[in-house]
Amino acid sequence: MNKGAVSQVQRSEKISFQFDGIDMDAYEGETIAAALFRAEVSHLRDAPNSKNPRGLFCVMGVCQECVVSVDGKIVEACRTNVSDGLIVNRVQYV
Amino acid sequence: MVSSLIGCNMYDVVVIGAGPAGANAAIDAHDHGLRVLLIDEGRDAGGQVWRPKSGSILKASVTSIERKGNQLREHLQKSEVKRKFETRVWHIEKSDNGGWIVGLSGPDDEKQVTSRTVIIATGAQERIIPVNGWTLPGVLGLAGSTALMKENLLPPHGRSIVAGTGPLVFYVASEIQRLGGNVTAISTLNSKLDWCKALPSMILKPRLLFQGLCWVLSLYLKRIPIFWRTGIITIEGENAVEGVTITKVDKDWAPKKDHQRYIPCESVCYGQGLLPEISASRLTGADHYYDEKLGGWVPTIDDLGRTSEKGIYACGDNAGILGVTVAPISGKRAAQAVIEDLKGENPGAGQSNLKMMQKFGRAMTVLNIPRSGLIKFIDDETEICRCEGITKRDIDHEIAHGAQSHNAVKSGTRCGMGPCGGRFCMDTVAMLTAHHTSKTREEIGLPTARPPLRPVILDTLSGDLDYDDLPIPGVSPL
Repeated sequence: MNKGAVSQVQRSEKISFQFDGIDMDAYEGETIAAALFRAEVSHLRDAPNSKNPRGLFCVMGVCQECVVSVDGKIVEACRTNVSDGLIVNRVQYV
Repeated sequence: MVSSLIGCNMYDVVVIGAGPAGANAAIDAHDHGLRVLLIDEGRDAGGQVWRPKSGSILKASVTSIERKGNQLREHLQKSEVKRKFETRVWHIEKSDNGGWIVGLSGPDDEKQVTSRTVIIATGAQERIIPVNGWTLPGVLGLAGSTALMKENLLPPHGRSIVAGTGPLVFYVASEIQRLGGNVTAISTLNSKLDWCKALPSMILKPRLLFQGLCWVLSLYLKRIPIFWRTGIITIEGENAVEGVTITKVDKDWAPKKDHQRYIPCESVCYGQGLLPEISASRLTGADHYYDEKLGGWVPTIDDLGRTSEKGIYACGDNAGILGVTVAPISGKRAAQAVIEDLKGENPGAGQSNLKMMQKFGRAMTVLNIPRSGLIKFIDDETEICRCEGITKRDIDHEIAHGAQSHNAVKSGTRCGMGPCGGRFCMDTVAMLTAHHTSKTREEIGLPTARPPLRPVILDTLSGDLDYDDLPIPGVSPL
């Protein structure tokens, strides 16, 4: 397997954040979606009606599938940067 | 629009979208002395095609595509065009003085700007035909996966299946391999003959043709199977992707059910081309028409990009999917139109080999035109509206009971009323309506254009309003 292109990548400092109460690593300056993707957390929420699992889909802020809860606000994980100590939760629909 | 908002600024041109079309339009308009504001929801210019790397990547090799994006960003930096990033346009409406009011939602306090003209360069979005399992985590849009890879240099997890139509399939597969991922198979609805037919137009742009051949060659060298004239009919998995079933298709892309194959995988990247992102131009009231060779519905524009609404211009993929070779020129021409209309000058933007590039772009778009059989990939239980969980059965039922338009299907089922604004279901609803009613896409039309163009935080709409200031009338006697 070709690891050439990735082995040369130099990333920023590691920070940590929480997703649904679990500590996760991230690189400063990347999105919540990227950090969760690297950690292989693909199930980001359950759809409000059909309750089936959803994850990152369009990766450009259109589909709204990757929304997560930060400080009680619903944000798109693919467009929101992670920061050290950030508390991120799965969106709960009532 | 909310009248209490303050801080209005009058611009000559507001450009929506800082991809190759919009950024070039902004630079040219600015160079001709116009007051320009360039707006984009991304972190920096480049759009999706020249999407910048994330701030977390300090050092990495630079691809030729990325180099072009970097050149654009440097050019923009030097030109001192005023720009707002991470800012979304959620509304556009006519102002009383003949200009346009553009509603914004972004990190700063400016909630709206007014401008004499607006250049719309909102680009494209993906067309993804719904199949069973397409909502599972691990399924990414084809263009979506390029966004993930360009920004983060992360390939999809595990074994990936790359599927769909057009050149993007081969680009995505070769990028996954380059970034250390694992493509287990490629499934494309196109035949080798489709590509042979595109060849005469591709020869017009030999460098791009060569680039494409390099992608395909790199896949052949890695012995990655390419299944021609096949499509994904089911994506299997409980809580995430576990495999896909691909099926052979006939010339109309209808699945041949006796020619199926199961392939285990952890990731699926799939999509069937791009749709022009016309929600902004539609909101202005400009005329649109349907042309499948341009990707679908597009604004009616003149040679330089003037729409039917005075002061509204369109350029780039939202004016017809012609790709990145055409977009910069198309942006420059829209700027030329604005300069002519506002200053009476003729700056004479370049026309150089535009026709040739358009021909190349059109040949690529033609590979993605959905064929009639695709509809048979959609099972009765498949969720078509991902947001509201509306299945094909629900929509068929509505059409069978008289619904013949998007609005009718929408009011009967809530299809398209979720947070994505119908962007991932409306094209399928039109396909189903056309299939059941024998109406053309023109006859079916489009759903009513409504703000917000993107989900917007209520604080943005309410402005300075404080709920405590609302007068609450006393309880009235019974």
